[in-house]
Amino acid sequence: MIRKWVKKGLAASVAATVALGISYGNAVAADPIKIGTFLSVTGPASFLGDPELKTLQIYVDELNAGGGVLGRKLELVHYDVQHDAKKAQTAVKRLIEDDKVDVIIGGSTSGQTMAVIPLMEAAEMPFISLAGAVAIVEPVKKWTFKTPHTDKMACAKIFEDMNKQGIKSIAMISGTGGFGKSMRGQCTALAPAYNIKIVADETYGPKDTDMTPQLTKIKNTDGVQAVLNPGFGQGPAIVTKNFGQLGFKVPMYQSHGVASKKYIDLAGSASEGVRLPAAALLVANKLPDNDPQKAVLVSYMSTYESKTKDAVSTFGGHAYDGLQMVVAAMQRAGGTDKAKVRDEIEKTSGYIGTGGIVHMSATDHLGLDLSAFKMLEIRNGDWSLIK
Amino acid sequence: MFSEFLQYLLSGITIGSTYGLVGLGFFIIYNASHVINFAQGEFVMIGGMGTVFMMQAGLPMPVAIIMAILLTIVIGMLLEKLAIEPSRKNASVVTLIIITIGASIFLRGLAQVVWDKDFHTMPAFSGEETIHILGAVIVPQNLWVLGGGGVIVLAIMYFFGRTALGKAMLATAYNPLAAQLVGINIRTTLLWSFGLSGLLGAIAGILVAPITFTSYDIGIMLGLKGFCAVILGGFSHGWAAIVGGIIVGVAESLGAGYISSEYKDAIAFIIILLVLFFMPDGLFGRRGTDRV
Repeated sequence: MIRKWVKKGLAASVAATVALGISYGNAVAADPIKIGTFLSVTGPASFLGDPELKTLQIYVDELNAGGGVLGRKLELVHYDVQHDAKKAQTAVKRLIEDDKVDVIIGGSTSGQTMAVIPLMEAAEMPFISLAGAVAIVEPVKKWTFKTPHTDKMACAKIFEDMNKQGIKSIAMISGTGGFGKSMRGQCTALAPAYNIKIVADETYGPKDTDMTPQLTKIKNTDGVQAVLNPGFGQGPAIVTKNFGQLGFKVPMYQSHGVASKKYIDLAGSASEGVRLPAAALLVANKLPDNDPQKAVLVSYMSTYESKTKDAVSTFGGHAYDGLQMVVAAMQRAGGTDKAKVRDEIEKTSGYIGTGGIVHMSATDHLGLDLSAFKMLEIRNGDWSLIK
Repeated sequence: MFSEFLQYLLSGITIGSTYGLVGLGFFIIYNASHVINFAQGEFVMIGGMGTVFMMQAGLPMPVAIIMAILLTIVIGMLLEKLAIEPSRKNASVVTLIIITIGASIFLRGLAQVVWDKDFHTMPAFSGEETIHILGAVIVPQNLWVLGGGGVIVLAIMYFFGRTALGKAMLATAYNPLAAQLVGINIRTTLLWSFGLSGLLGAIAGILVAPITFTSYDIGIMLGLKGFCAVILGGFSHGWAAIVGGIIVGVAESLGAGYISSEYKDAIAFIIILLVLFFMPDGLFGRRGTDRV
């Protein structure tokens, strides 16, 4: 019995040595820059991770075809972490300790990102997150950056538009999923600054299929001048449908969480007149030609759509921005020294990406302002820009 | 004030009857095998998603609906044939129930790969024009759900009460050995019961899809609520599942309206817990041993 184990152990260690030898040999020959990533490619958040991974693959291939970065090829090391913060931690440990990557771009959801920030900070690993929550960069963590807009900015953009319309008291109906919950908190905190009163505050579960009761309650609340629905996925589409059925006379505001054609398809004619803040990518072709982002957006859109045959989404755009900023930082740093790359990412200024124009600083690891959001209204089943 | 109450009530009844329809599927398989089929929610999903994708492939809606129903029946029968039947001889009912949980995860995964991960909508059968009743509103599709539920309950009552196959199913569940002795083929009976609950699941999924949308994971929530409906009503009568569903739906709706939408689900579950404490066989249940 024991002999058998010894034999097995020996065989295994021989195999491991051979394998190690081979991978070591490869590393010396090509010496690529390793970009680590962990994304929710499958599972409930796959609508985030799937376009993100595809984007990274497309552009890593493109950069390599053009000779790589600093004369070295790029190598993408990827782990699918599904919708699981624990898996994200495991993946990040492997990226740092086994794969010895030079930089990490990833984390499709805020939960995953928050779970791995301590690991990144401890390992002093430059890290660009693709998740939304404002808590990722507030307070600032030395090694952590992010590319997507925050829900706080979405609230601000919506309230700005409400102020223009003279809307003073609103009702909120929020999803209780991570996105809706976080945005509800941000909007509630921000409302007084814009002199807006929240007179009704309802919620619904992320898998609920009928929001008529909550909306009936809102309809019977006095003084509601607009309804705001922070939420994600199919929930807002059902809210919009029920809203239309109940015959509301006030405008409806949605969040950037529904900024996809799918929402208009699902909600149908009830979505007419709905207003929402969204990244410029959604209306790339409708932007005026002198818009500085237009060229970047149209180029990303046509590349992504021709390579994947999928419709472009802002999520893939976040990954594009992350990769471009990292590559630019490495070029400026003249190498992959982690501390130097981190400093250069922090100095990113005037980078024109799909999410907006980025000006990072030691106190701002996001670098976007409200101009990154465009206010849209749904007209005739399509987005239209409001000035 | 009254119109507000009426709106809560109507919303509750319509959402509740969808729960009840799903619950009926649990009822049938339980009555044939004492197995709770946790893949019932996936039958609902396959009905809805199947219809959507066959319509996308260019089939007219009625054809797509029939094809999707047939597809679900076949999948239900395959589930019985490939997963339940081989293990039925040696495994306890609990093991079989766990197998159905596995099957539900498998079917969800399959739907993600074969179809996609998005939400889809289906056109309502007879328009989206709202109907006003004393200040409350409903959409025509709600009537379809209610009517569909009613027709199906009558059909089920007829099936179990009047047809040989229905009686054979009841006999199989009650005492498989005795059923075999009187010449009932247990295998085919079970096969039919899975097919039948596939049929019901698919119809439920198609009726509710224009209201709730459909996606690969819609079965989780509808399956759970359908399970609540049938537990609440008890496993003795088909109509009890529908009534149970409507009670859950109305409780949720009134809870969201008058107490707080935060506690909506909790209210439904508290009712179920109370019923299980005091009436373990459901509101309309009889003790299993009393039934002959």
